[in-house]
Amino acid sequence: MNVMMQNWVAIGSLNDIPRRGARCVKNGGMTIAVFRTADDKIYALEDKCPHRNGPLSQGIVHDGCVTCPLHNWVISLETGKAQGADEGEAAMFPVRLDGDTVMLAIGMS
Amino acid sequence: MTRQKLVVIGNGMAPGRMLEHLFETAPDAYDVTIFNAEPRVNYDRIMLSPVLSGEKTFEDIVIHGDGWYVDHGVMLYKGHKIVGIDREAKTVLSEHGEVAAYDKLVIATGSAPFIIPVPGKDLPGVLTYRDLDDVDAMLLAAQSRGSAVVIGGGLLGLEAAAGLKEQGMDVTVIHLMPSLMERQLDPAAGYLLKRELESRGIKVVTKANTKQIVGDRRVEGVELEDGTVIPASLVVMAVGIRPNAALAQEAGLAVNRGIVVSDGMQTSDPDIYAVGECVEVDGKVYGLVAPLYQMADVAAGHLSGDSAKRFVDTSTATRLKVTGIDLYSAGDFAEGDDREEIVLRDANAGVYRRLVLKDNRIIGAVLYGDAADGPWFFDMLKKEMDVSGMRDTLIFGQAYQGGEPLDPTAAVAALPDDAEICGCNGICKGKIVNAITSKGLTSLDDVRAHTKASNSCGTCTGLVEQLMTLTLGDSYNPAAVQPMCKCTDLGHDDVRRLIRAKGLKSIPEVMQELEWKTSCGCAKCRPALNYYLVCDWPDEYADDYQSRFINERVHANIQKDGTYSVVPRMWGGVTSSAELRAIADVVDKFDIPTVKVTGGQRIDMLGIRKEDLPAVWADLGKAGFVSGQAYAKGLRTVKTCVGSDWCRFGTQDSTGLGIRIEKFMWGSWTPAKVKMAVSGCPRNCAEATCKDVGIICVDSGFEIHFAGAAGLDIKGTDVLGMVKTEDEALEHIVALVQMYREQGRYLERIYKWAKRIGHDEVRRQIMDDADKRKAYFGRFVFSQTFAQVDPWSERVSGKDKHEFRPMATLSLEAAE
Ligand code: SRM
Ligand SMILES: Cc1cc2nc3c(=O)[nH]c(=O)nc-3n(C[C@H](O)[C@H](O)[C@H](O)COP(=O)(O)OP(=O)(O)OC[C@H]3O[C@@H](n4cnc5c(N)ncnc54)[C@H](O)[C@@H]3O)c2cc1C
Ligand code: SF4
Ligand code: FES
Repeated sequence: MNVMMQNWVAIGSLNDIPRRGARCVKNGGMTIAVFRTADDKIYALEDKCPHRNGPLSQGIVHDGCVTCPLHNWVISLETGKAQGADEGEAAMFPVRLDGDTVMLAIGMS
Repeated sequence: MTRQKLVVIGNGMAPGRMLEHLFETAPDAYDVTIFNAEPRVNYDRIMLSPVLSGEKTFEDIVIHGDGWYVDHGVMLYKGHKIVGIDREAKTVLSEHGEVAAYDKLVIATGSAPFIIPVPGKDLPGVLTYRDLDDVDAMLLAAQSRGSAVVIGGGLLGLEAAAGLKEQGMDVTVIHLMPSLMERQLDPAAGYLLKRELESRGIKVVTKANTKQIVGDRRVEGVELEDGTVIPASLVVMAVGIRPNAALAQEAGLAVNRGIVVSDGMQTSDPDIYAVGECVEVDGKVYGLVAPLYQMADVAAGHLSGDSAKRFVDTSTATRLKVTGIDLYSAGDFAEGDDREEIVLRDANAGVYRRLVLKDNRIIGAVLYGDAADGPWFFDMLKKEMDVSGMRDTLIFGQAYQGGEPLDPTAAVAALPDDAEICGCNGICKGKIVNAITSKGLTSLDDVRAHTKASNSCGTCTGLVEQLMTLTLGDSYNPAAVQPMCKCTDLGHDDVRRLIRAKGLKSIPEVMQELEWKTSCGCAKCRPALNYYLVCDWPDEYADDYQSRFINERVHANIQKDGTYSVVPRMWGGVTSSAELRAIADVVDKFDIPTVKVTGGQRIDMLGIRKEDLPAVWADLGKAGFVSGQAYAKGLRTVKTCVGSDWCRFGTQDSTGLGIRIEKFMWGSWTPAKVKMAVSGCPRNCAEATCKDVGIICVDSGFEIHFAGAAGLDIKGTDVLGMVKTEDEALEHIVALVQMYREQGRYLERIYKWAKRIGHDEVRRQIMDDADKRKAYFGRFVFSQTFAQVDPWSERVSGKDKHEFRPMATLSLEAAE
């Protein structure tokens, strides 16, 4: 079994992220992209496309997905998985809203 | 287990398919090295004709892109011809001196076009039709719009003739035999074909023997045996092919007409196999892909240890790939005492059908005009089915069997599961239906990707679509307009029309009113809608940055490592010491790794971190630079030459005019990028004749060109017309671009839009109709009052701050 301790941190307010857009959170050497959909759901993925590491935060957000800016892979925000015929997965991070505050969980093993 | 070394000579369609099979069944058996005399990857040679006619680009017909070789660890030597095989040492030698050792060798050198040995055959301008270089050479020759003679009225010759005609040449086909394609068609069908070609303006001379090709330093014409001379600036010889077997012969392998192989594709040396057009099996050589693909399968089997596979000769059906000509031929249709024939003619509909029967079995079929039943007849031919039961109605086709005429889908429905649909790839009905249902395929492209059906010559596309309709029901409608994307059934033109008609002014409004099927669109439709709204309501619509591709959202070009490049405008390509100094300072200050002169006469700074962009722009802005919009579906560059200011040939101030146009039009958004150029004289140093819009200055004024391109497609421009003054030139160009802005589909460049609506229509509206022109001009000028805002200075003063800064910076990782 893999026990993960989750460490919730406030990273800003919902309105810092444009609707159908994303913002980045730097965590040491890693960048995490926090997405906000048209209906104000939020998701967090590592900012690294499973194809060739494209910055997903720079893509177009539509429905529950983001289209990578480099070669148009479509990544599900809900599962981190590439859609359609492509295969691969971006790492996911738990996020939630506490009122208007966006809380991100950074796992520490 | 150590891998064996497999060397392949030739990278054509046969070995390409062989390797696909091999990597499927025994991915780890061999280290593969390929030598290919052609300097390119494996492509669909069959589809060269659509490339010649302009219906496809080379990219469309690539079978294995560079990535495929990397993924499979294949070493591909492009442009390396093998000149020797040393069977003792088991090595091959390339003309560049490369030596490669093999455990198993596959020879797949294909065949070479036959050159008729007449005087003049070596003159420049005499070509054959075999590979992409031939097509490129023909396209180049076609730019002169001169006359072409195609020698040979077979499949290849006629495809070449149709393509050259499509490219605007005056084409004559000369054919030795009394009727065209005599190997595949009987004289009656040959006649119908000739009539059809003639009605398209292609001249056809049959029973014509070429005596010599005339010309002084390059070809000027073709002289026939009877003394007639047909003038031509291009001659294409398409009279047949010869297997490339010399290499094998020199290596001491058994060679007859082709390289002699067993039905297991083995040559006389057990470690050497051969596949493709270069081989001879059981006394026969082949020139169509279906049997070659069977060879590929057999050879792959033997190489991976399955020596049970055997090549069996089967007949192949032929179709001519000329858009709008429907003909099908299969089997043997010579007359004979033991044969009967059934013929159907419908002169009005231009339909001709002939079946040749022997012992109540179909042995040959020729269909012209309506070839839909071809596969059905061919299926019975291959199965040697006894047709006496339906002898009377047989010729009417499958739909008439069983009394009631059926619709075409029902005809396909009636085909057995093992009926072959795609002849090139040997794909049967069951396999396609199965893939559609089990994989949930909904588009033709999906079916092509998963089954390979309709992926080679494409003539079975209609059948595959019928199968899709059959399997998917009404949800598949191939005749309908291509929808913008999966979010709507409407095509681009309908969406544009409805946006105006219904006065829709925001993306959610469009999606609501036009019944979008997804909640907020996708990465295909959103940027398109955003453009349509920007274009139609320049004063009212608020640009939706979240619907723009990243480059347009942050006004810089994203690079593969996530950094950006910055290209400031250098009006007309002219710069100064102050500008260059400012660039140099920015490069030093921000430690910019690469500075490059672009193909668009300006300077690109590459590798800038996103966070640094606003500061970089601030410094550039101080020196007077604005964004070069090198990222935009909008006006990019206006290239110029030095013109009358300096050049001894310059007729007008091309530099000044270029700068004036760029300053007038910068900032405008367009369906796809727009590039322009102004050359000071017809020497055309600014390359104006391959731009979306170009100007060639002449003594008497300005020749305006349009609809060129030099990217994925290379297309010379057409002339829009001549005007006398700079003011007129500007007005015409601006009007043309506005017309395109209003009508173009998103991502459709000017040359594609103009092709779709017709070059004459563009000329009529812009050159001949002054009112229309002035109205377009006026609308462009209005729209520019909202568009000409430098996006860089806007962002330097704080717009979209969030784009350039992280939302938070955490340091939660355990300290190291
Ligand atoms: C920088 C430059 C290459 C260079 O170092 O010279 C360049 C770089 C890129 N070109 Fe280009 N093209 C550049 C001149 C050209 C030219 C030559 C010209 O403009 O005279 C062509 C052929 C002319 C033409 O367009 O017909 C050209 C045909 C293309 C195409 C093919 C377009 C087409 O419709 O066929 C693409 C792909 C596309 O746009 O979809 C492309 C796309 C690209 C992109 C934007 C690739 C991308 O999507 O990221 C490259 C961006 C790199 C960057 O960040 O700077 N580039 N590209 C040139 C910039 C010119 C400028 O100053 O703005
Ligand atoms: C314009 C055109 C249209 C066609 N249309 C059809 C059609 O509709 N239907 C159909 O079934 N068939 C069609 N064909 C025929 C079909 O393309 C060929 O049968 C098939 O491509 C042959 O495949 P191959 O692998 O044997 O040889 P090729 O595809 O010819 O490949 C041979 C390769 O080997 C290379 N080579 C030769 N010698 C050497 C050497 N010494 N060292 C290294 N490399 C070497 C050559 O450069 C070449 O790239 C068409 C052909 C053409 C040219
Ligand atoms: S040709 Fe253009 S698109 Fe291709 S790599 Fe070069 S710059 Fe990029
Ligand atoms: S890196 Fe994301 S699609 Fe290629």
